[in-house]
Amino acid sequence: MLDGWDAVVLARAQFAFTMSFHIVFPAFSIGLASYLAVLEALWLWTGREVFINLFNYWLKIFAIAFGMGVVSGIVMSYQFGTNWSAFADKTGPVIGPMMAYEVLTAFFLEAGFLGVMLFGLERVGHKLHFMATLMVAVGTLISAFWILSANSWMQTPTGYAVNADGQFVAADWLKVIFNPSFPYRLVHMVLAAYLTTALVVGGVGAFHLLRDPHRAGARVMFSMAMWMATLVAPIQIFAGDQHGLNTLEYQPAKVMAMEGHFQSHKDGAPLVLFGLPDQAEGKVKYAIEVPKLSSLILKHSLDAPLAGLDAVPRENWPPVPITFWSFRVMVGIGFLMLGLGLLSLWMRWRGTLYQSRLLHLFAMAMGPAGFVAVLAGWITTETGRQPFTVYGLLRTVESASPLAAPAVASSLIAFIIVYFAVFAAGAIYILRLMAEPPHHGEQGPRNDAPARAAGITPAAAVAAEGAAR
Amino acid sequence: MSIPIDLATVWAFIIAFAVFVYVVMDGFDLGLGILFPLFPAKADRDVIMNSVAPVWDGNETWLVLGGGGLMAAFPLAYAVLMPALYTPMIAMLLGLVFRGVAFEFRWRTQRERNRWDLAFACGSLLATLAQGIALGAILQGVHVEGRHYAGGWWDWLSPFSLLTGAALAIGYALLGATWLVMKTEGELRERAYHLSWVLLLAMLGAIGAVSVATPFLHVQYTQRWFAWPNILLTAPVPIAVAAVTALLLRSLANKYDYQPFFLTLALFALSYAGLGISMYPYIVPQSITIWQAASPENSQVFMLFGVGGLVPLILGYTAWAYWVFRGKVKPESGYH
Repeated sequence: MLDGWDAVVLARAQFAFTMSFHIVFPAFSIGLASYLAVLEALWLWTGREVFINLFNYWLKIFAIAFGMGVVSGIVMSYQFGTNWSAFADKTGPVIGPMMAYEVLTAFFLEAGFLGVMLFGLERVGHKLHFMATLMVAVGTLISAFWILSANSWMQTPTGYAVNADGQFVAADWLKVIFNPSFPYRLVHMVLAAYLTTALVVGGVGAFHLLRDPHRAGARVMFSMAMWMATLVAPIQIFAGDQHGLNTLEYQPAKVMAMEGHFQSHKDGAPLVLFGLPDQAEGKVKYAIEVPKLSSLILKHSLDAPLAGLDAVPRENWPPVPITFWSFRVMVGIGFLMLGLGLLSLWMRWRGTLYQSRLLHLFAMAMGPAGFVAVLAGWITTETGRQPFTVYGLLRTVESASPLAAPAVASSLIAFIIVYFAVFAAGAIYILRLMAEPPHHGEQGPRNDAPARAAGITPAAAVAAEGAAR
Repeated sequence: MSIPIDLATVWAFIIAFAVFVYVVMDGFDLGLGILFPLFPAKADRDVIMNSVAPVWDGNETWLVLGGGGLMAAFPLAYAVLMPALYTPMIAMLLGLVFRGVAFEFRWRTQRERNRWDLAFACGSLLATLAQGIALGAILQGVHVEGRHYAGGWWDWLSPFSLLTGAALAIGYALLGATWLVMKTEGELRERAYHLSWVLLLAMLGAIGAVSVATPFLHVQYTQRWFAWPNILLTAPVPIAVAAVTALLLRSLANKYDYQPFFLTLALFALSYAGLGISMYPYIVPQSITIWQAASPENSQVFMLFGVGGLVPLILGYTAWAYWVFRGKVKPESGYH
């Protein structure tokens, strides 16, 4: 059976790899689409030029990120079949309709209005264009709704039955969709997307303020981003805590792995700050602990008993070191975000929001931190669900396609090469756009293309015609 | 052959519809990529890209609906076919990655522009060949045991699947050429128009070759098409192909703008109907019928509400997006 095991590990590596690349783009575009809608609304409302400049500035970046999200997303929708066909057969009747609804209610909405959003401002008029922007933003949120519902069902399955063919079927669709972990996961992820985008916007704003604190566009985006961090980071920490309590109730083994609790504690479990979890020996080496704090956080009582992994059969243990560490990375960044928000509030109160080099350097360093936190969070929740695909019901080893290891290995290598080549280029283009500050008369996608004089832009021409009329 | 009206059949038609809309929408889109090497001038390429840039990701969303819908409505077929088509599927996905990012990337750089043009062309061709090969591989049948695919990872490769791969590339290229006839003007349109002639002849040859080869794959295909009284139902298909071909030749001779593209789509629709006639009621030919693969009734009913309510809406706003960007794409109008 070693061959089969190898193919499963490779398939897991492939899913983790393609998913990790993919999640970065939606996390950014969910937040950015909403931010663009806000910018356009502010422009329509106040008529201030700085808002349309910022809108066009971020729209170009959005176009690239969204394109990469689309192509990496198509890959995901076929991965279930190519690498996880047994999973697809068994869960298709439950997961499939949710993903079909995601396509019907979200993907089409985003894609249908994206063209108008990107290229249509002068073709359809301001109000209709704003509606297109809103539809794209709403589409990203609806997409989050369905895919997180499907993911949550895999974590906390409810409302199902099993038929004669061994397939999961829906007994109650409302219980399937609104399964116990879904509301927490949805809130936690959407807030994460908003924070991630705010950190990127804030980092870019800080970068340009460091060079010239008087730039209007940089000031406005930095201020907006810091408000977001100030207000949303504490809410996110609270939401994450609630999500954790929900996980404790429905997926206790995951929390045990996150906490590094191999042993049960009858009267108050310690909070392991750091240490080296050893899965084989079943203990955390060199642990730095705060006595009883874990029980206080999870049970709101210093002496509450807390079970450890010793109460769970070993074959049901998730990989503890990965879950333990990714959780710490996520939480650590979360508190850094809180720190950034508080520091910006302090500087704002002192009137040095646009002058403080310390704040700007901190914000710049935090620019990519949201992506790291999102990835760490997903690694925590997905690794913590192992060794199951549908928690407690369907094992990962029973979910894979009947493929030989060389097939999966070849495709994995192909994905690695292509993704690094393509998405690295995209990241460079985005960084290049970010390196320029938003300026007076900022143009949207296309119009600013380097080869403007060569005549590439029908949209611009129509805009010019429209203006002439 | 009579077609019962039940949920599985309705869903078979819905999935077939989604895949066909995908072919209609993304066929010309991929075809433009296949034709890209024949239009080396930068100005021409810019026009070609701009003619489809506002709509391309909407087009590819139908592919996601086809795949996602198949998993939802016929999970067993999805679970058997995807591993069977493993290599073509991965190749298609990677091809779509390359061509999809090219839409934005090529505008972001002066120096490397040709690199993304190459990515657009190669990605489009790779994705098209993979789709055509997958189609051929499905038609020739796959090895199923129990609820699993039981063949190897190169089973899809055969002369027949290579033929269908090439045929689809020719067909998409013809769609792309007639799209350019419709959406461009001047010298670019002239060249697209000449290409349409060549590609139409090649496509007729391809349709003929696939039609001749298909009945040899399985005796069931032969009976479906030629046995009495089925032939009363199947004979109109080749007759209609001949009629549409005549109209298409006439529209090209008269240099019409719109007709060549839409008549080519009609040709695709007829070929597609022929495919459906060959396969029905199997979803994995000769192994799994649509009823065996169907997900339970409450899953199919649940989705039927979504499809019934939303697909008309989707078609509506997609049509609006096309309407917004209607008309000829003008090359020289970028100056301002």
